[in-house]
Amino acid sequence: MGIPGFVQTLFADYTLRQVALGAAMLGIVNGVLGSFAVLRKQSLLGDGISHAALPGIALAFLLTGSKSSLTLLLGAAAAGWVGTLLIMSIVNHTRVKYDSALGLVLSVFFGFGLVLLTYIQKLPVATQAGLDKFLFGQAATLLRKDVATIAVLGGIVVAFLLVFWKEFKLVSFDPDFAFSLGYPVRALDVLLTTLLVIAIVIGLQTVGVVLMSAMVVAPAAAARQWTDRLGVMVAVSGIFGALAGVGGALVSSSASRIPTGPTIVLCASAVVLFSLLLAPNRGLAWGYFREQINRRQLQTEAVLGDLYILARQHREAGHGHPVEVLRTMAHGHGGVDRSLKVLQERGLVEETGPGEWALTPPGMEEAGRLSRQWRETP
Amino acid sequence: MTAPQIEIQLIASAVAVSCALPGCFLILRRMAMMSDAISHSILVGIAVGFFLIRDLASPLLVLSAALTGVLTVSLVELLTRTKRVREDAAIGLIFPALFSIGVILISRYAGDVHLDVDAVLLGELAFAPFNRLVVLGVDIGPKGLYLMAGILLLNLLFILAFYKELKLATFDAGLAGALGFSPVAIHYGLMTIVSITAVGAFDAVGSVLVVALMIAPPATAYLITDRLSSLLAASSLIGVICAVSGYWVAHALDVSIAGSMASMTGVFFVATFLAAPDRGLVSIVLRRARQRVEFAQTMLLVHLYNHEGLPGVERENHMDHLGEHLRWEPDFAGRIVGAAERKGSISRDGALLLLTERGRETARQAMVM
Amino acid sequence: MTGPRGMAGAESAIRVEDLTVAYGEKPVLWDVDMAVPPGVLMAVIGPNGAGKTTLIKAIMGLVRPVAGYVSIFGKPYLSQRRLVGYVPQRNSVDWDFPTSVLDVVMMGRYGVLGWFGRPGRAERKAAMEALTKVGMADLAGRQISQLSGGQQQRVFLARALVQDARVYLMDEPFQGVDATTERAIVTLLKEMRSEGKTVLVVHHDLQTVPEYFDWVTLLNVRCVASGPVEKAFIDRNLRLTYGGRVSYLTHHAAEETFGHPEE
Repeated sequence: MGIPGFVQTLFADYTLRQVALGAAMLGIVNGVLGSFAVLRKQSLLGDGISHAALPGIALAFLLTGSKSSLTLLLGAAAAGWVGTLLIMSIVNHTRVKYDSALGLVLSVFFGFGLVLLTYIQKLPVATQAGLDKFLFGQAATLLRKDVATIAVLGGIVVAFLLVFWKEFKLVSFDPDFAFSLGYPVRALDVLLTTLLVIAIVIGLQTVGVVLMSAMVVAPAAAARQWTDRLGVMVAVSGIFGALAGVGGALVSSSASRIPTGPTIVLCASAVVLFSLLLAPNRGLAWGYFREQINRRQLQTEAVLGDLYILARQHREAGHGHPVEVLRTMAHGHGGVDRSLKVLQERGLVEETGPGEWALTPPGMEEAGRLSRQWRETP
Repeated sequence: MTAPQIEIQLIASAVAVSCALPGCFLILRRMAMMSDAISHSILVGIAVGFFLIRDLASPLLVLSAALTGVLTVSLVELLTRTKRVREDAAIGLIFPALFSIGVILISRYAGDVHLDVDAVLLGELAFAPFNRLVVLGVDIGPKGLYLMAGILLLNLLFILAFYKELKLATFDAGLAGALGFSPVAIHYGLMTIVSITAVGAFDAVGSVLVVALMIAPPATAYLITDRLSSLLAASSLIGVICAVSGYWVAHALDVSIAGSMASMTGVFFVATFLAAPDRGLVSIVLRRARQRVEFAQTMLLVHLYNHEGLPGVERENHMDHLGEHLRWEPDFAGRIVGAAERKGSISRDGALLLLTERGRETARQAMVM
Repeated sequence: MTGPRGMAGAESAIRVEDLTVAYGEKPVLWDVDMAVPPGVLMAVIGPNGAGKTTLIKAIMGLVRPVAGYVSIFGKPYLSQRRLVGYVPQRNSVDWDFPTSVLDVVMMGRYGVLGWFGRPGRAERKAAMEALTKVGMADLAGRQISQLSGGQQQRVFLARALVQDARVYLMDEPFQGVDATTERAIVTLLKEMRSEGKTVLVVHHDLQTVPEYFDWVTLLNVRCVASGPVEKAFIDRNLRLTYGGRVSYLTHHAAEETFGHPEE
């Protein structure tokens, strides 16, 4: 099936359309909120929240007997929120550090969630099955109702973010200064964290509790590479999240026995890898090329300078110097032959004999200019 | 107790102690989340290794998976060193990617064999007694027990052999380097141990709950002890208690053993958090209340001392103005003044409060600190 | 000991009374009294751990004091918040945050803008003026991670300038800046003083205290002395503050410039 065919199927197939829509929306919301989480050094908090949500899902089911996505998501949000609160109070009231508190809450809540899930599985209720889709996510189970829930909750989250944009930006960058201006920093902090909790829980059915944290971190980390503006970063992060969500959800729905969560995460990881390598400015590949070009230029200038030194020692222009001497003077930094070729093309040096090189008159001039420049800027 | 029950508890205890030992260093070095990263990403190693070796309890598989754990650590470091993302984000990027590859490999190609996604999360402690180690036709016990005992022994040996170095590198990496111990070598040594332990424990309790056993018992012990040696001992003991009690709770309710063990570590942490002598919440609250009175007395003495002999002293050191200056309620002020008077730190001249020599000395000492 | 009470009346720009702050069970400021008259540049000096930053944060209510009061121009801090500008330590924020110099400076107007106001042309203009004042107008569009330490400090100062406050609290503005920036900051401080602003600066370099400031507070958990430089910045007080370790540093400056220690 080619891409056009695939797109056609996508629009024709009702289920696929639901799945794509839901995944796109959860991707956008998490990309957007994830930007703030990453900038506030809370990349791993998402991991804590999503794992902590599991017992909430199970308890919501046990208490209400309902499997409606809204009920389960409210349970998940409550548990994720309690988990976050617990992390904060452990850090504030004991000497246990943030990383330990996070790991502890994450794993204990998850363990308790598994206890509840295994308990539910043994209940003699017909409707028990299906909660384990929350472990690794199953996009194919997204119904119209679920997508509507995602849309409403996600819409609320994004709306809050837009309304309090200025304040969230300020408390993320400089909370002390925000406080000095009279903003209720603690309340804004709690609000932003609550929005993150909601963003995470709306993704749980599709991505699963185990891997949801990647949807918080990956799009944001990728987007950061492309821009130095918060607004652009948040927007790009949302787009990346949507791409990863839709890509992963469609691949996993169209092939058998591939859980959705891991597929989405791999799509997001691919976006990160691509961005880290190729984003202009911050991309590693660009950095590498820039460095190479710089190094080559420096090597070339060094060879020119060495020839200049040699020429001044001999007081006689046009006297050739063996390439071995130049290599020794370059202290094994290499690039001597390449540099000579470049300089020859620019008409600054000439080959006076086999393996012997000298500066041309323009070369003399250029080298003199460079050496004066070097002396001025140490 | 039946023999399989005893075997399960033995394995669970070995897992708990093996996890608690390196876990102590992880929480002290603020690298707790590294255990999360490692325990997840070893899945790739296990999946690939399993396709090649076809035996989950093989030492070779443990080794190949442990290598993936160390690889994770280096990948995180590599990514952090590019300065494009911070360390926490790097962890959050690397392990989900590796774990996802592992899950996809397993669910796609190994669905029909003895390794499935449920086992990844829940572990297979309940089935451990069925996998016997048979030597020369004699059944000498479950394979898992030997594997975990071996890992436990390895961890003990590692910590005993490098106790001094680990301690130094944990509390003062700079000094350790200056004394010629390579902090990098110690770091990678520890990460190797964590990886090997995670692989062994993974089989029993699954990938997320390894984290509970590595972090929760040491964090609990950290609330009651200061010394590294007692931290190691206490967290091992707590680990075993959680393992055994967790098993029986799971047995009673017929739920996941691993989940129940993790829940017990949480229960123990919360109980300690509340009730620990000295550092528990209850004793902190009680102490604060007691100290509030003592602190207020010292504050009164310091206040009187600071204003002695200065203009405005009759206003500042006046009984009726304490509330205004120190933000005290009138009866609280009365109580504190009474207490200080009984102790002989202050005397009264009408409503003016005067320091005695003893009170002056106390104030001076309080401020020197 | 120099008591502040005799010198400053109710018109003090900043008045701190009996301020005691404790982190957990450990007191970091003991019964500090201090009064800063309007229109002075005051340095707060003291050894590491003396509570200098805590003093500033307690004045703003960023840390809750156990006891004591702070008033700004005779009224409680909370009702006077608009009158106070704050320059936090440079390293207290993440300079890799994706935002531009102009954006950071405009944050100084957020207090006036209130909850739903968005920065617009007026804010942009104010920010550009402040940037011009600190010599950073050319770099307005620059991403903040590309700034040097001195430039970062200037951005923070520009942000404080657009607050248009009457009282400024600055935490180590000279920390790790180049000589040019240091001179620029001093010029700026003096300009602010001539406009009648009151500036409280946490400072480290004892040598430059008499040159840069006219008032000084010597702090070491308690307030050792607070007053005009020529009265308070004397050898005896410095010894009390730094425990004698520092006398060789300031001996000459203090003795020769200001004569004998006050009794």
